[in-house]
Formats: sequence, structure tokens, C-alpha cells
Amino acid sequence: MKITVNGTPTDVQGTNLAEILIELGHADGKLATAVNEEFVPAAARETLSLAPGDRVEIVAPRQGG
Amino acid sequence: MPEFYGTTIESAMMLGTAQYPSPAVLAEAFRRSGAGIATVSVRREAGGDRAGQDFWNMVRDLGVAVLPNTAGSHSVREAVTTAKMARELFDTPWIKLEVIGNADTLQPDPFRLVEAARILSEDGFQVFPYCTEDLVLCEHLLEAGCKVLMPWGAPIGTGLGLNNIYGLRSLRAHFPDVPLVVDAGLGAPSHAAQAMEMGYDAVLLNTAVAKAGDPAAMAEAFAHAVRAGAMAYAADPIEPRDMAAPSTPLIGKAFLA
Repeated sequence: MKITVNGTPTDVQGTNLAEILIELGHADGKLATAVNEEFVPAAARETLSLAPGDRVEIVAPRQGG
Repeated sequence: MPEFYGTTIESAMMLGTAQYPSPAVLAEAFRRSGAGIATVSVRREAGGDRAGQDFWNMVRDLGVAVLPNTAGSHSVREAVTTAKMARELFDTPWIKLEVIGNADTLQPDPFRLVEAARILSEDGFQVFPYCTEDLVLCEHLLEAGCKVLMPWGAPIGTGLGLNNIYGLRSLRAHFPDVPLVVDAGLGAPSHAAQAMEMGYDAVLLNTAVAKAGDPAAMAEAFAHAVRAGAMAYAADPIEPRDMAAPSTPLIGKAFLA
């Protein structure tokens, strides 16, 4: 299905957020996630099914002021 | 030593982690600053990218407390979601809450800031609000659950120093027991000393150090200024006066006229 990942339209095979993270190369990173502008805790990724058009944000630690 | 939400920090200097010429310079700047808190952010990570992990490893090695921010947020929802992602990533209830209201001045949106602060405080966050020096706004932030206030000195990145001395002094006088941090706008160590001489508990800076010609030396210069200002405040400075008063005694002066 087609979803948006960090602002980029992306085709994915997986159906839940945990599967999609692995599919996109995020298997073991220090990451946090949001779907459709709502935070999704790490523990909830496996049970969160995505639908076409969903907007996924994947973030990591970065420099900040 | 400032205390934020029950945690005592050994240094009154808080330092950002952005804009340094290299990670090595960043680490050296932190070492020479003696800063006890590092601000960090969360940003998008592409698959297979190790940037986030590498940065996190480096910050952990600094051995300081981490204060994540919600920089770049313009709406309450954006700030709240960013804060929740930061809490999970950095495993801390601390959040430097930024809700920007104007793209040119990067000044906080006071209305959305209070709303976001209330939502996050009720959710267990310990909020460090980046705010203006407006007294009434600060009262609302405290009422919303904040136990620290971080008024700006000047707009982020400008280096203009303390633009409203009266407003900052008023905050100190009105909230003698609330930890106050001047956040943003500092350019020179004298600005940091001035904030500390007014009784502020800490300063938070980034650009003034990171964009200096020699960031590590500037970090140390700020550290000296922060210590000097804090020591001066504790030593109870004299009140300014308009009329001159001789410091050398007149008694015993030879009559030579």
C-alpha cells in the first residue's frame, strides 16, 4: 500500500508499524514514531495497523539548541 | 547550583548541541564549559541512516543531563507529539517547550505555549517553557504546571543580549523561588554575567558558542562569566546611584590649597 513516510510517498508491504519499520531499514535504531500526527509508543507499533494514505513520522536524536 | 524539578545541576550553564563545526569541537566546548545540561532535538531519520544513533552515542559520552526540545513547533499538537517522541527517545520527563509564534523573530506563541504546557504537565512532563519575559504569561505558565521559566534575552541566534532588563528583573523579583533561566539571544559572555548578576539561576545558549571562531574557548569564556555573575549576585552588589561618592577618605587629607 502507499503511505507517506517522513513526507515522502512510499510503497510498503507490511501492515503494522513494526513490520514497516523493519522493511524500511529501521530494525534496531534509536527511534520514535508518530502516525497521522499522533505519537505511537514503541510498545504499540506491533498492534498499530496502517491504512493507505497514513502519514508516518520516524525520528531520531539530533543536535538542538 | 540550580535545581530543576528536584534535580540539582552542578553548573549554571546550559549548552545547545547544534551548529558546531564538528562533533570533536562540540565535545571540547562542553568539556571547557563545564555545562551540566545539553539541549537536543528530534528529527526525521531515513532507513539505514545512523546519524541519530551516532549523535546519541556522542551526547551520552558528554556525561551531562539531556534536555530535549520541541524546536520548530508552531502548533500545540506538533509540540505535544514532538515532546512525547522525545520522552521516549531520551527517556526523560524533561522537555524544553518551544511553540513558535512568528517565523521572523522566532518568538514564542504565548497562548499556544500555555495550552501545550498544561497538556504536557498533566501528562507527567517536567516542562521548561521557552517564553518571553511577560510577567502575566509567566504567571499562566506556572499555573499550568511549569516549575521553571526560561524567558528569552533576545530572539534566538541574534546575540543581542538582554533586550528588556526591566522585564527580566521584574520576573526575578516576582518569582523569587522559581528557577529562572535566560534562554536565547545571548552573544557575549558579558550578557551571561549580567543575567547571573540579576539573580538568574542559569543561562542557556548555543549559537554564541557554536558559531564563535573558537567555540571551545568561547564556551570557557562563558563559563567564567556565569561563575563571576553568580558569585557577584551572592556577594550582594551595591545599588547604583547618581551622585559621586569618594572612595578615598577625606579625613586626614593634607591641606595644600
